[in-house]
Amino acid sequence: MDNALWTLYARPALITVGEVLAIIVPLLVAVAYLTYAERKIIALSQLRKGPNVVGPFGLLQPFADGLKLFLKETVIPSGASPVVFVIAPILTFTLALIAWAVIPFAPGAVVANINVGILYLFAVSSLGVYGIIIAGWASNSRYAFLGALRSAAQMVSYEVASGFVLVTVLLCAGSLNLTDIVLAQRHVWFVVPLLPMFVVFYVSGLAETNRVPFDLPEGESELVAGYFVEYSAMTFALFYLGEYANIILISGMASVLFLGGWLPPAPVVPFTWIPGPLWFALKAALLAFGFLWVRTTFPRFRYDQLMRLGWKVFLPLSLGWVFLTAAVLMGTGWLPGHG
Amino acid sequence: MEALKRSVRSVLFTELLEGLSLTLRYMFKHSVTVNYPYEKGPLSSRFRGEHALRRYPNGEERCIACKLCEAICPALAITIEAEPREDGSRRTTRYDIDMTKCIYCGLCQESCPVDAIVEGPNFEFAAETREELFYNKEKLLENGDRWEAEVAKNIELEAPYR
Repeated sequence: MDNALWTLYARPALITVGEVLAIIVPLLVAVAYLTYAERKIIALSQLRKGPNVVGPFGLLQPFADGLKLFLKETVIPSGASPVVFVIAPILTFTLALIAWAVIPFAPGAVVANINVGILYLFAVSSLGVYGIIIAGWASNSRYAFLGALRSAAQMVSYEVASGFVLVTVLLCAGSLNLTDIVLAQRHVWFVVPLLPMFVVFYVSGLAETNRVPFDLPEGESELVAGYFVEYSAMTFALFYLGEYANIILISGMASVLFLGGWLPPAPVVPFTWIPGPLWFALKAALLAFGFLWVRTTFPRFRYDQLMRLGWKVFLPLSLGWVFLTAAVLMGTGWLPGHG
Repeated sequence: MEALKRSVRSVLFTELLEGLSLTLRYMFKHSVTVNYPYEKGPLSSRFRGEHALRRYPNGEERCIACKLCEAICPALAITIEAEPREDGSRRTTRYDIDMTKCIYCGLCQESCPVDAIVEGPNFEFAAETREELFYNKEKLLENGDRWEAEVAKNIELEAPYR
């Protein structure tokens, strides 16, 4: 009886918890250092030094920031609805983390190797809007509410385009399972035949994570800080961590979908010495660097420009590319599953 | 033809790539930050910082209580009281500068006929209370003793222009 309890429930539960920790802990460290990297990269491109006081090269700065936010008081505005107000950042942060369940780091190294991986990712990233809308609504503040509305409109608009991008990828791969999608890129990474779609996906990623140049929801010049004006201390930190976790997530998704995930650039000797998870991390880091690079280079879009780009450029482009891909695959007989 | 060129440029994101390459180039340039408490930028010999009352080399204070500085001070920051000393020379009994009023215009040192009141190169005299910024004669003379070398050099460098 006891034995069955152990083998059937306790042990699998422990293993799952272990797997989850093995992903979340490095992810949180990566998020902490992404904030550090952002400050350093922006500083370098502006001929400044960036954080350099806490620890060698300022390397302990993220932890100092975290500690500061942890020790501060969480102010809940008197007009806000307290429960929903606190739930919003938790929701945002959780959604940024649970998406990692289906990201494969190496063959078999994935928490949940489900066959609808792409749909799961898409669903989770769509749910991200809720955290923001709830935050804006529960704050009971004009600025937060306007920021939340902008953010919701923006994320919904760009999700349409990135949805079509995912369709082109799964047409080429013939599977919704992320491991199969990576394996389908054994011969050629999808970034080569689908380069415009990669660009569309990446830019949509910028928009969905509310990053520069699409950071209108946070537009400090008109909305102070957007949907999280009223948040302080840990609730603010959770939004912040969620935003950066989303950056890493989009980078990870892009490297799985377009850059061959854990696969080396070519299956030849110097490349195959580096283990798969490291390749994945390298590609994701390169893409995350792109986010920071774009942040330090471009000014913010105007709202109508943002909407025009989403609906009048990306949507027709990605939709057209879906038809083109389908037509080419059918016409040439390269459609996966048809030999 | 112009339209074609323009559309090719917008399709290939030429401007965006130019911007990106510019910021990337700058990332590898040397940063211009001065690591302040440990490194400091150069100061002009005309720099107007914390005030000081100077002495002659024999230790006699320079100020003769002519009150020109008090008269010219546009912020009314200087207060002077004077009476003859035992040896008959005119000296100040009180020389106060309210550093919270001072606007660091430098007119006091311009007006001084004996180069007694000067604005030295020190700018790091922040204090935690207001009272600490009400300088009296003792404090100003102490400043003069501390910064004499720098102040004398600045006066020498500026001499040709006065």
